[in-house]
Amino acid sequence: MTEQAYNFAYLDEQTKRMIRRAILKALAVPGYQVPFASREMPMPYGWGTGGVQVSAATLTPEDRLKVIDQGADDTTNAVSIRKFFERTAGVATTEATQEATVIQTRHRIPEAELTEDQILVYQVPIPEPLRFLEPRETETRKMHSLQEYGLMHVKLYEDISQHGAISTAYAYPVRVAGRYVMDPSPIPKFDNPKMEMAAIQLFGAGREQRIYAVPPHTRVVSLDFEDYPFEATRADHVCDLCGAADSYLDEVIMDDAGGRMFVCSDTDYCHTRREAVA
Amino acid sequence: MTPLLQVRDIEKRYGARIGCTDVSFDLYPGEVMGIVGESGSGKSTLLNCLAGHLAPDAGRVIFDTRHMGPVDTVTMSEPERRMLSRTDWAFVHQHARDGLRMSVSAGGNIGERLMAVGDRHYGRIRAAALDWLGRVEIDGARIDDRPSAFSGGMQQRLQIARNLVTGPRLVFMDEPTGGLDVSVQARLLDLLRGLVRRMGLSAIIVTHDLAVVRLLADRLMVMKDGRVVESGLTDQVLDDPQHGYTQLLVSSVLQV
Repeated sequence: MTEQAYNFAYLDEQTKRMIRRAILKALAVPGYQVPFASREMPMPYGWGTGGVQVSAATLTPEDRLKVIDQGADDTTNAVSIRKFFERTAGVATTEATQEATVIQTRHRIPEAELTEDQILVYQVPIPEPLRFLEPRETETRKMHSLQEYGLMHVKLYEDISQHGAISTAYAYPVRVAGRYVMDPSPIPKFDNPKMEMAAIQLFGAGREQRIYAVPPHTRVVSLDFEDYPFEATRADHVCDLCGAADSYLDEVIMDDAGGRMFVCSDTDYCHTRREAVA
Repeated sequence: MTPLLQVRDIEKRYGARIGCTDVSFDLYPGEVMGIVGESGSGKSTLLNCLAGHLAPDAGRVIFDTRHMGPVDTVTMSEPERRMLSRTDWAFVHQHARDGLRMSVSAGGNIGERLMAVGDRHYGRIRAAALDWLGRVEIDGARIDDRPSAFSGGMQQRLQIARNLVTGPRLVFMDEPTGGLDVSVQARLLDLLRGLVRRMGLSAIIVTHDLAVVRLLADRLMVMKDGRVVESGLTDQVLDDPQHGYTQLLVSSVLQV
């Protein structure tokens, strides 16, 4: 089968219309999980089927796409999704954050500040922030509709009582526009403050069939206690490649003797900084 | 004095069968009402209708709220009813597992209602949890243990602490001593009686154990086949039962 056998960006136009409707509703009700008829995609669940569908519905032929996985442009997930859209949509791709118009991400927000002509698409494994506290979907929906969010703080209470501090380090719950409590997908809590941004943020969960969104410049508050305020934490090092002291770092084990190095998890950010010095 | 709870002609049917029907009574502040009857007599159905867990098919349950005065809880909006059940009401389940979060520590269990009504200060929540553990005679050192590590009696006491922490005015109890051995029962009853008297709580206790109501309840309702067959002061009903079924019930208690 040739690439031409596909409709633009793999999905048929009716499906994209359905997804766009869900996206518009999600933008109208920030943080609310909109159900949508998730399609079977040519990749396993858990590999970004939700994000891919949202990207497919968002892309236009003029777009320039960037795909990152844990901040990196060159890991399996990022490479294969980028290739997927190169083949099925024929859109231009890039690794430079500033040049991209649509960025699909797994578990990170790029370090470079995003602008209002960009769209950030998150891959979400479990969209329901209350899921591990309350297994019943009927009950969690009711809790959202009645804003009964005390349970979320029970989780944070448990963190402090067991570890002396809020130990939740990723997928840290946020309250969007003073209304819905939302799972920001498993981004490190270091990225939480960046969610008040100029770009549109869309979240797609394929297996769970939910889409939600944060419109530009929307208030996003990380939940906390008065005496244990939210802290955006990062490893206490500088990047061993570019020397950045303000970026989120990956710890890389170098050998069996305990050797390790810390490098920016955002490969484009690290690369750009090194280019500037050279 | 305005009754705290006015129950009028409550009826709940399961298809053609009667859950409970034609139940009316008043409960005054500080009063403890016992509901006794054999299994299937409709006492748990009645309690669930009163506590808002089941929607009755007919009748009114008028609760004297703090801010709005007497309001029919059957017709009030669901958010209001759920708010009441987190603040002014408490529900003690027969099985502590139904009323506790088993995967959350004892402190978290007690703190949940505080956090649900908006407390966001960890230190205060923890202090309240410690205070309540003490009041229900659980060692404060166990605050970070999960209820699954507790004995049955401790779980039941933890459930009571978790319910009373927001200072409710009305407590619904469904067989609070069921499944506990007699010495643990005695301590729990002692504790409950102390808490009810000290906090000036009103309570509705459903049980099939006449000893429990003898100790705790001021007044008594006897149910059979979904209807109230006899009601009155506890001692009066137990010492001088008028209805044939009550006489049977009283005489069925094993004497040691």
